[in-house]
Amino acid sequence: MYQLRLSGSGGQGVITAAIIFAEAAVNQGFNAVQSQSYGPEARGGASKAEVIIDSNPIFHPHVDKPDFLLALTQKAADKYIQDLNPNGTLIIDSDLVPNVPKFENIISLPITNFAVEKVGKALFTNIVALGVLVKVSNFLDFDTVKNALASRVPPATVEQNLAALNLGFGSV
Amino acid sequence: MILLQGNEAVAKAAIAAGVRFFGGYPITPSTEIAESMAKLLPKNNGVFIQMEDEIASMGVVLGASLAGRKVLTASSGPGISLKQELIGYAAAAEIPVVIVNVQRVGPSTGQPTAPSQGDVMQARWGTHGDHSIIALSPWSVREAFDLTVKAVNYAERFRTPVILLMDEIVGHLRENVELPTDIEIYPRRQPKTKENYKAYQPDEDLVPNIANFGEGYHIHVTGLIHDETGFPVGSPKVTRDFIDRMHKKISKDIIEVQTEFLDDAEEAVVAFGGTARTAYQAVLNARANGKKVGFIRLVTIWPFADNFFANLPANIKKLVVAELNYGQIFYEVQRTFKGEVELCAKYDMTIFEPSEIEVCL
Amino acid sequence: MIERSYEKFFRQNRLPHLWCPGCGNGIVMKAIVQAIEKKGWTQDNTVIVSGIGCSSRASGYMDFDTLHTAHGRAIPFATGIKLANPALNVVVITGDGDCTAIGGNHFIHGCRRNIDLNVILFNNNIYGMTGGQASPTTPLGKKATTAPYGSIDPPFDACNLAIAAGATFVARSTAFHVQHLVNMISNSFDNNGFSFVEALVQCPTSFGRKNKFPTPASMMQWFKDNAAMKPTEGKFTIGVLHSDTAVSYNDAYYDLISRTCC
Repeated sequence: MYQLRLSGSGGQGVITAAIIFAEAAVNQGFNAVQSQSYGPEARGGASKAEVIIDSNPIFHPHVDKPDFLLALTQKAADKYIQDLNPNGTLIIDSDLVPNVPKFENIISLPITNFAVEKVGKALFTNIVALGVLVKVSNFLDFDTVKNALASRVPPATVEQNLAALNLGFGSV
Repeated sequence: MILLQGNEAVAKAAIAAGVRFFGGYPITPSTEIAESMAKLLPKNNGVFIQMEDEIASMGVVLGASLAGRKVLTASSGPGISLKQELIGYAAAAEIPVVIVNVQRVGPSTGQPTAPSQGDVMQARWGTHGDHSIIALSPWSVREAFDLTVKAVNYAERFRTPVILLMDEIVGHLRENVELPTDIEIYPRRQPKTKENYKAYQPDEDLVPNIANFGEGYHIHVTGLIHDETGFPVGSPKVTRDFIDRMHKKISKDIIEVQTEFLDDAEEAVVAFGGTARTAYQAVLNARANGKKVGFIRLVTIWPFADNFFANLPANIKKLVVAELNYGQIFYEVQRTFKGEVELCAKYDMTIFEPSEIEVCL
Repeated sequence: MIERSYEKFFRQNRLPHLWCPGCGNGIVMKAIVQAIEKKGWTQDNTVIVSGIGCSSRASGYMDFDTLHTAHGRAIPFATGIKLANPALNVVVITGDGDCTAIGGNHFIHGCRRNIDLNVILFNNNIYGMTGGQASPTTPLGKKATTAPYGSIDPPFDACNLAIAAGATFVARSTAFHVQHLVNMISNSFDNNGFSFVEALVQCPTSFGRKNKFPTPASMMQWFKDNAAMKPTEGKFTIGVLHSDTAVSYNDAYYDLISRTCC
């Protein structure tokens, strides 16, 4: 079983990234559940999406101990670091999370900056992050993810989205 | 296998079950059902209409149902409260309709995006007066599909409002599903004769074969208590017979309960809807620790599974009812089960963790 | 004996009606069936939908598919019927409390959508069935059981409300001007869109007795003396008040279906 939590603020697209990740896992034959748990933290524009991937049936639908935590804001990093599996991986946006939490396995990349500078828009931040997550988690077939991405985004944006995905995947 | 959201599964199932009319009003966390129906219905020769409020949403689907369409509406929290007036009308006038309630935290505006199971008793008694009701509660995206189909079929078979009692957990959950291709559909009941036709004359199963509008039967439909002609009568006998029939026509064969590990169980967890997923995990965890715990999941919430709880095997001494509210189904279990019943309640916007149910055992 | 061809439109076994002697509701009900006959609609392709109140009991007496809904909700039900089966002609019978108070929101949104319904408002300026309480059309200063010192609630002009909200045919008549009323209703049937006819009716029991109208005839006399075919100072206007063409909601929806489906 793998548990992923993608967190940030509203508009960063973490829910879409989570859906595409889950969809790719399903297309690869895994069971997957994806949820957005809105708690009190939803105030202030926080956004959190979760994915559980398992080859066995999944009952309890929420993540309690993520193996992979993506944090695109300082607030999200500070809030969720305590839940992270000690053997797991923290992925942060190096510009948006200046105070790096104490953790053994951290991947820090200028994710948003990549999206702006190399793909053309901050809009693609979530897909750059998805590429990083796919590479780091290392259990999804990259082509399956590409197909899931292409089928979920507007046709006119497929090329840029795939560029964003490749960028994230290649950056680690 | 596809990845599908619970709310989207309801919309797909409704189309598959023959629903060709939806009236609604936006409200979190049920809105995706309206949005999906707005996309799907015109493509399937059906009608979607966004109404001015939830009362009108009920009215418009009841009108469409009387004109021969299979109909659905969906809402949450305050919207479901507004629908109560015409849920009663549908019960009294025997109009097939399915109402989806994606439950959120109440009362009032409450916590609009947070999960709850606080509308169990509202589903039963939300509208005024004695009436019967059917309520079904899915625990997975696949079951959201299956129970939507059943809800549409039960609405048609019994000519009654049916409530699909979802919660935010299942409504917003996306998971992998294989959707069924072969779906059984209960057709709209048809009059058996045109001569001396009485619209509200019960058939053998106590359900009347009411003609659709526009078929030449000139029927009269009213929310006043009426006799078999459909016209209001101020008579004690007609009133008593009417209320009797409303209750008796809902066949007990629709009561579904899922059970696991009851053979050796000394106690069992009772749950429904999204909470049952966590409860099942809690039962698995407890059994892995050597506890003899069973699992009971209510699929049909109303009518309540009275006989099931009254006749549980003697090895089960205690039931723990886990629900996301201050205690609702708990009292029904207490009423019907002879042994000890404990409430494991949560009402703080968040769903149970398995450990929070395990400590109740 | 003169054959009254419209009698087939009534459920003879449900008559006599429950309205008080001298009530104007029966006059409007008859005008509706005469307009249906004139228009050539049949008992099989016409549905009568009503709300709750004295006037809304009319549906039970009329031999069509008839629907006696809940208080204020006739227009949403009627909208569902029309959209589900556009071949049906849908007539809504409603009262001033039903249409402009508890059903006011449905009324204006029906007008806004311009769905092809024919709404006939029986306006007696009072809640009759519950015994004479003030309604949103009770004139200022008139007495009701809930306005025992005279109403201080400014009343609605239901026709102006319908026009402002987007109805494409709006007319007014009275229970005194019977032939005019039949014409207004049958003209409203010609409109493919939301049509609204306000029929002023006398309520001798609950309105007249409290407001110095000693007999039903005195109320009808008042209609005769105070109605004007053209806007006139101190009188109310009867006739077609508004008419325009706009695509009806049902046509727009079925056009949408033809573009997306099948």
